Amino acid sequence: MPRNDLLEVKDGDVTGALRGFLKSLLEKGLLDALLVPVAVPSGKNAVQTLVEDIGQIDRCEPLAPVMPVNSAKIVSSLTRTGAPGKKIGVVLRSCEIRALQELVKLKQADLTNLVLIGTDCFGTYSVSDYSEAGVSTNAFLKNALGDSDPKLRQSCKVCRYPMPLNADLLIGLIGMDLNRELLIRAETAEGERLLRALGIDGDGDGGAAKRDAAVAKLAAAREKEKNEFLQKAAAEFGGLQNLLSALSSCVACHNCRVACPICYCRECLLDSPTFTQWEGDKYLEWAGKKGALRLPADSLLFHLVRLNHMGASCVACGLCEDACPNGIQVFKLFRLGGAKVQQLFDYLPGRSLEDELPLTAFKEKEFKNFEL
Amino acid sequence: MADDNKDFEPILIGFFCNWCTATAADLAGTTRLQYPPNIRPIRTMCSGSVDAVYILRALLAGADGVLVGGCNPGDCHYVSGNFKARRRIAALKTILETLGLENDRVWLRWISAAEGQKFAVTMREFTEKIRKLGPSPFRRNWSI
Repeated sequence: MPRNDLLEVKDGDVTGALRGFLKSLLEKGLLDALLVPVAVPSGKNAVQTLVEDIGQIDRCEPLAPVMPVNSAKIVSSLTRTGAPGKKIGVVLRSCEIRALQELVKLKQADLTNLVLIGTDCFGTYSVSDYSEAGVSTNAFLKNALGDSDPKLRQSCKVCRYPMPLNADLLIGLIGMDLNRELLIRAETAEGERLLRALGIDGDGDGGAAKRDAAVAKLAAAREKEKNEFLQKAAAEFGGLQNLLSALSSCVACHNCRVACPICYCRECLLDSPTFTQWEGDKYLEWAGKKGALRLPADSLLFHLVRLNHMGASCVACGLCEDACPNGIQVFKLFRLGGAKVQQLFDYLPGRSLEDELPLTAFKEKEFKNFEL
Repeated sequence: MADDNKDFEPILIGFFCNWCTATAADLAGTTRLQYPPNIRPIRTMCSGSVDAVYILRALLAGADGVLVGGCNPGDCHYVSGNFKARRRIAALKTILETLGLENDRVWLRWISAAEGQKFAVTMREFTEKIRKLGPSPFRRNWSI
């Protein structure tokens, strides 16, 4: 039975309550540092920041509805070449934790000495919308799940997992009366240890049950949204003409790949000499074969290859679409392809570190129908 | 419609694993078995080393069909390469099908070293089936 504690919220300041919790983790020496979103001085963004100084926590915005970068990439950059020697608490939303699990399986991140603090997520705005809007996190949280917010990113509207999987400590917001309290649940032994050491006398089982019920209801609603979304996507991208039409504005900048937390290759094959170092006569040859040659070359190929390479681990964070300078619906395309591949292998990225990556695992007898 | 394709000569790419399918191809040759010349063979060390990018690059360049040939499951020279090839092709064909891109132009066949006859028969079957499908929609499509 996981330990559930309730954290009191004073004056409707949810962020303040969470700041107090995070500060106590540092004060009591339970953590040496935190990786947590902090408001930049202008207030126009909240970015993942490595913080050792308790004073900085007063500016942190762990629940700000903005995700400039999928933090799994940041955790990977911190731990890929070696785990930290000190204990770091990382505050992540659901898609970031799921992406992190995938990166660990891909040997691009290390969870040693990390405490994963996962937050329920009501969705995010794009970075530019957030910077323009002067968003109050507390107001956003109170209104969330109320009227549908047109500024929410598309990927958030169809997000099937607004709750974090595989955190050590879970910050539960969905279904809670956020004017009074929020839920903190220990999901692992490490989380238990921390909650016990903090001594928050919460008796949160009742609140937890309320939150869990609300999460199930939200997840079911989102499942419906997601399925409708995928059906539309299949129609929109079905067939070469439709697909090319959707990719008309692609300039092969590869920024979607840069933003993707799963794409970790130091040098993407499509950026390597194999695809970029050909002499003029070769291009003329290709143009001759087809009558003409669109340049920059290989824009459709890039998307199809990327789908094949990372689709199985796509966590649907949608930052690919935010990254596109020309507004291509990259998320729609990759969510569709990713969902089909994941369905084929009965695989949910980020569900468990025990689940083997579908493209490196295999069974002796399977997929006979593909041996056409 | 099928008659229109009688004069169409498909351009077929074959990725054959060195230890099994390529050897079978040699055997078909040494035993003088006849099969259509449409297949352009590319020898790889293992079907497991055939990445999706090779198959996709061939298709987008206008290949009418791509066949990946490997050892029978359990007999892979590198133990498990063909198991991974099977998964990779399954994912690729699923993506192509989802996007309405004619996934039946990509074939996966297990042809072991002694099966020269099976190799020739498979090449003939591949050629005729793709001939019926017609030229690849990517053949003259320059805007990809």
